[in-house]
Amino acid sequence: MAVVTEQPNIDLREPKGWRRNLNRIMTWLMVLSFILVIIPLVFVLVTVVIKGAPVISWTWLTTGPIPPNVAPADVGGIGPAVLGTILITFWATLMAVPLGILGAIYLNEYSGGRGLLGGLISFFSDVMTGVPSIVMGLFIFSIWVLHFGFSGFAGSLALGCLMLPIVIRSTYEMLRLVPNSLREGSYALGATKARVTVTVVLPAALGGIVSGALLAIARAAGETAPLLFTILVVTTANPNVFSGPNTSLPSQIFTNASSAFTGAQARGWGAALTLIVICFVLMIAARIVTARFTRFQQH
Amino acid sequence: MTQPEQNVAAQVQAEAETQQRTQTAAHRRMEPGGNSVFDTENVSIFYGSFKAVTDVSLTMYENEITAFIGPSGCGKTTVLRTLNRMNDLVPGAHVEGDVRYRGASLYAKGVSPIAVRRRIGMVFQKPNPFPKSIYDNVAYGPRINGEHNKGKLNEIVERSLQQAALWDEVKDRLNKSGLGLSGGQAQRLCIARTIAVEPDVILMDEPCSALDPIATGAIEDLMKEIKSKYTIVIVTHNMQQATRVSDRTAFYSVLRNEKSDTRTGVLVEYDKTERLFQDPSDPRTQAYVTGRMG
Amino acid sequence: MSTVTEAGPADVAGSARALSERRPLGDRTFQILALASGLLVLVILVLIAFSTTQQASSWFTSQGWKIFTYNWNPTAGDYGALAFIYGTAVTGIIAIVMSVPVSIGIALLLTEVVPYRAARPIVYVIDLLAVVPSVVWGLWGILIFAPWLNHIYADIGSAVKGIPVLGNLFGPPTSGASFFTCGVILAFMITPIVTSLSREVMATVPAIDKEGAYALGATRWEMIRGAVWPHSQGGVVGAVLLGLGRAMGETIAAALVIGSSAVITSHLFAPGYNMPAVIANQFGEASGVFRAALIGIGVLLFAITIIINVIAHTIVERSARRARGA
Repeated sequence: MAVVTEQPNIDLREPKGWRRNLNRIMTWLMVLSFILVIIPLVFVLVTVVIKGAPVISWTWLTTGPIPPNVAPADVGGIGPAVLGTILITFWATLMAVPLGILGAIYLNEYSGGRGLLGGLISFFSDVMTGVPSIVMGLFIFSIWVLHFGFSGFAGSLALGCLMLPIVIRSTYEMLRLVPNSLREGSYALGATKARVTVTVVLPAALGGIVSGALLAIARAAGETAPLLFTILVVTTANPNVFSGPNTSLPSQIFTNASSAFTGAQARGWGAALTLIVICFVLMIAARIVTARFTRFQQH
Repeated sequence: MTQPEQNVAAQVQAEAETQQRTQTAAHRRMEPGGNSVFDTENVSIFYGSFKAVTDVSLTMYENEITAFIGPSGCGKTTVLRTLNRMNDLVPGAHVEGDVRYRGASLYAKGVSPIAVRRRIGMVFQKPNPFPKSIYDNVAYGPRINGEHNKGKLNEIVERSLQQAALWDEVKDRLNKSGLGLSGGQAQRLCIARTIAVEPDVILMDEPCSALDPIATGAIEDLMKEIKSKYTIVIVTHNMQQATRVSDRTAFYSVLRNEKSDTRTGVLVEYDKTERLFQDPSDPRTQAYVTGRMG
Repeated sequence: MSTVTEAGPADVAGSARALSERRPLGDRTFQILALASGLLVLVILVLIAFSTTQQASSWFTSQGWKIFTYNWNPTAGDYGALAFIYGTAVTGIIAIVMSVPVSIGIALLLTEVVPYRAARPIVYVIDLLAVVPSVVWGLWGILIFAPWLNHIYADIGSAVKGIPVLGNLFGPPTSGASFFTCGVILAFMITPIVTSLSREVMATVPAIDKEGAYALGATRWEMIRGAVWPHSQGGVVGAVLLGLGRAMGETIAAALVIGSSAVITSHLFAPGYNMPAVIANQFGEASGVFRAALIGIGVLLFAITIIINVIAHTIVERSARRARGA
């Protein structure tokens, strides 16, 4: 027969203070890290807006030439740089995005990221994302500029090399998410692999691919180093991307940043604000595309 | 309400009353054990606004093995996890009714889930040793409770592994990774790890379902050996296991709510194991244990 | 009248022939295009190595092993690059030391502390941080941040002057544009990468391991130490290495705020130089061996970052494989 004894006194309150305190301290440290990151971000953005906004106007953004550093802030405009950024980034995108998508297609649809060649390409396209952008600039300088001279297109080549692994990686991740059942449905109707990929897989992954491409474009638009030795910064607009030196927003900011003249610095802030707005718009566009058009995100 | 709806409502009412009367009858004729360890009183468990389990009232006794059985989705694991406040980890989960552990309410204000879990341990369905050495796995619990003395830790580790019937197999490789053990060994390691903090109760959520029959037999032997020191509550899909190891058995079933197409778990019958299986009071229990259901 | 005729042998042979037809031209062309695009990555990497080394060859041949000496004097024909290698290492280390605890803290915050819906705004902030172009960091750095830091450096510098170790690290000379400022700005820039990679790694920790720790009565921090960290440490190390590689290769922000002074000194608040910065700043006026030297420094930078990236990706891949296996 079971015995009923007196129940022990149960204390179910918090454990000893130091364990709870340690837990609390650690949680607060994590929150602190986040705050530590917000502070510089806010400072940069606020400064750029405050110092750049007074300089910007539609005429300023669209007219040139870019005045010399001594000129005060209300003289001239940075139209040439805006034009240069748009043209150079455009051509870089035109080259890098299709090639990047095709490369990702090879990795996911044909080799599955495994096998000798597939594995190598996948591994090294990851490694390539870590190549410093200045090395890309030196590379294009060595094989193109020395033979064909400075041009906006040379800058596009350098930016394209920068964008290529980024596009490959993000497209590959998107293609992987497309369920196999979609492909099988198309195969079962007798389609070739090319047709399956182009008519079924790509449209399904399109949202994610576009979003990834937009982020790559934002990255390229903000790069300066690859352009240093390829476009040879100038102050007048050059709509011909293929011949003659050119300029871009980041390049102008770079040359103006080290100047002691307030006019040049003001122009630098204005250009910086313009550049940040462009990058933010691209990033927000990428988010919108991801939210509205991707159907196969895993959670 | 229309006539058909009235009929349904009346039927549900009648069924509930029968169930209540039957439950009370089975409870009334069941002999109590020694000290009561768990005492649940009209406990219902919700996930958000969805009622997952309704109105569970039972008492579990010291140094006994109590089994929860029933078909899938009947809420037996949910009830188990309520006993050591593991349901707190699920957002939106809350409990109505009172769950008392040795007289102290588990869900009262000011109760620390951490203190609760130190006394009421849990072994999971899939063995989950930490990616550390065997020694560090067992020592983890004592260490976080402040024990850092090497000698004492050694003693605790050896004692726990011995109680879990794993010491002889691993005593020469205590600093090898816990991930390298077979399924049965890994589960015994998890039991040793739980024992190391010297709990009062060990909850087991289908501890053998991922193991082969031989490993299962070893765990069942272990349970019977250690019940003199601990109180054990085990959820199991395997009725034979319940008859082999448990002193009392609670049978849960599923109440279907036709209108909202949801299922709510309900405690049907709770009795000493032998009697529940050989002479159940409720027809649903009868159907389940003779294999006509679930 | 039956309109259905039986298939005769010829018909069957004909259809058999259709089944064994070679793949259509379009399909094969597509595959070749895809393969070529993939190969482009390898081709470019190889070309980078070759073309830049070739352009730098006059530096290698004229200097030999002297390229690793602390002797940079272009007007006198000396091109020893040790000062820049030192600067790259120092700024990289400062960036890592400052960024890693913060990044891991945020990653833990996102995976363990914050409920799912509140995590989105935090991730947005991190993404914003990542989108700021490096030249804007440099502009703000040199015009606003560095002068402000200089006051702080001056105060610290005078406070520790003369004290054995601290004085050598943080004592005068001090300057707004310095190793330390560069390191701090690099830390801002690499935090998003290290955070998001660490977060990816931590998200793969199986929930059942975390529950096991909680079931033993662990607090959240104890659970992190017991269950999350052992699973993640490999991947986080890889993430940190990737951040280091990125910090070392970052050019424009460094070029603007590092101080452009080719010296090796222990004083972190003093101006210095590093590899990408010297290339960016001096390429315009360089020709002949000078230019070859700058390109050669680029080759060294390429080699270092490739090695770091290969190691980092290997570590990350191996820990991901282990996580899937266990």
